[in-house]
Amino acid sequence: MDFPGLLAQLLNGLQYGLLLFLIASGLTLIFGVMGVINLAHGSMFMIGAYVAYLVTARWGSLWLALPAAALGGLLVGAALEAGLFRHFYAREHLDQVLLTFALILLFEELRSFLVGNDFHSVPIPALLDFSVPITPHFAYSAYRFAVIAICLLLAAFLFLWIERTRMGAIIRAAAEKPEMVDVLGIDARRVHLTVFAVGTALALIAGALAAPLYSVYPNMGDGVLIISFVVVVIGGLGSVSGAFWSALILGLVDTLGAAYAPRVAGLAVYVLMAAVLLWRPTGLFGRRA
Amino acid sequence: MIDVASEAELAPRSRSHRLLLAFGAVLLAVLPFGIPEFYTGLVTTGLTAAMLALSLQLLVGCTGLVSLGHAAFYGLGAYTVYAITPADHALSLVLTLPAAAAVAGLAALLVGALSLRTRGFFFLMVTLAFGQMVFFIFHNTKLGGGADGAYLMRPTLSLFDWQLPLTRRQRPLAYYYVSLILLMAMYLGLLLLLRSLFGRVLAGIRVNEQRMLALGFNTYRYKLAAFAIAGLLAGIAGHMYAMKEGFVNPELVGWHRSAEALLMILLGGLATLSGPIIGALAFTAIGEVAQLITERKLLVEGLVILLVVLTLPKGLSGGLSGLAAPRWPPPWLPRRPPPSRPPAETPRHG
Repeated sequence: MDFPGLLAQLLNGLQYGLLLFLIASGLTLIFGVMGVINLAHGSMFMIGAYVAYLVTARWGSLWLALPAAALGGLLVGAALEAGLFRHFYAREHLDQVLLTFALILLFEELRSFLVGNDFHSVPIPALLDFSVPITPHFAYSAYRFAVIAICLLLAAFLFLWIERTRMGAIIRAAAEKPEMVDVLGIDARRVHLTVFAVGTALALIAGALAAPLYSVYPNMGDGVLIISFVVVVIGGLGSVSGAFWSALILGLVDTLGAAYAPRVAGLAVYVLMAAVLLWRPTGLFGRRA
Repeated sequence: MIDVASEAELAPRSRSHRLLLAFGAVLLAVLPFGIPEFYTGLVTTGLTAAMLALSLQLLVGCTGLVSLGHAAFYGLGAYTVYAITPADHALSLVLTLPAAAAVAGLAALLVGALSLRTRGFFFLMVTLAFGQMVFFIFHNTKLGGGADGAYLMRPTLSLFDWQLPLTRRQRPLAYYYVSLILLMAMYLGLLLLLRSLFGRVLAGIRVNEQRMLALGFNTYRYKLAAFAIAGLLAGIAGHMYAMKEGFVNPELVGWHRSAEALLMILLGGLATLSGPIIGALAFTAIGEVAQLITERKLLVEGLVILLVVLTLPKGLSGGLSGLAAPRWPPPWLPRRPPPSRPPAETPRHG
């Protein structure tokens, strides 16, 4: 095992894990605060990637695509919350599952109708299309460094928002004891709308960032959805810091596995999940039941 | 007045309901003689789907466990037939059916033992993840023909050296009746199971698990048993799919299949054991019609789900009685959650 190769895989794992965090944090927040399961969260990632593809193809700049994805995510999230999800918080799990499953099908059909069913690649922005030399024999993609930096920045903002602001305090309270938030007379609807919009926007941004790395294709949200669920299960319900650490662990396990044990790599994340369930069913960072 | 006991069992609630079911069974039994051959195959597909939905109802409707990985056991049943059948000759149903059921049941026991350590949303996500693990195994390794799937020699209807003499044209008819008999056996078996103490405990867990724990029942074991039985029955359904199609592919295992099975249950109604059968047949019919009128089958499926979730929270059977007495406010408006403690028993007048 050569050192530069290992370093590259570690960086890849870090970058993949951070992208996973952007997706899983939205999932865990929506889920922790509103108690609703959103299977269509993977579709949001897919939409983000297609936004990146369309914007780059039309105007030739990924830098335009990122704000477009963020803004679009906020709008789509707010519309979904106010139009549909709001009416499903008190409904059975089964209804929520089927509602969001229907949304996956409809979003995929919309994608097929608007863009078609082809695979597309998105060029890395020219500004970052070079490699950063780290040792004399090893250089690493500048774009991947940029993805790591953007994800870390967004993660920092997310933590500051949740830990340092009044809205964040309400979010933490709602994740812990939703009845108390109601009793205190706080307008939960505004909080719900904001959390849903921000969570959705994070997934779209992740999709836009991932587009140049993994290309853009139909049903690309499916795999991401499953692995984000594993992140949430390992990290613990509604815990954003738990999602952060478990996303990093899974990113590294998956990437290193694919590099050094490709035959069994796909199973590694599930084995990890099974082990965590045996050891701590509420997740590594979740409160003990 | 609703009969509380039969509500717990999801059994037919009235004489007219039972008559309707008997009529449905007779109709299905004579159906192949009144419809073109193509439709016999289609209804067989519907019967297979009905077995899958019925097996899942043991978890969803009876025990209150929403699993999103049920297709894994369905697929394992189908793949077992592929795995044990040699390339040059077919095996007897007497051999393949128990094998498929056993493999699926054992896998369900294992997956259930882990996933039932969690509840609610976690249970949903964990079953989904384990289901995708099975999908991954069949999709990404050469174990079952890879992503493209594989053809197999269909199991024969034979016992030792004796084989049911079937012409090529009679075979679809035979598959139809084997599926129908298995479905009916499954329905009656589940009805008996739910009438037993075991079934009452499952109903108790659905209504209030804490209370069942307080009464001294090890609810984990009961849930695990239900999960394993449901997996075993799904394996039988998968076996019948493989037998009818002579083909297996990873899509059988994928979680979209699990979600469709949940839809069949919701479509037919959660509160009865016959609901999933009606839902599965309706779902198959809707899929066929959708394919006839449009290329966008998923669009129709998505809209149907949306419509059902928004307007028929009690399924087709509940919806029809709901039409007679429209409710206000409409069911999709947010309502206050029901009180956690059910009201005290009131004396019933029969």
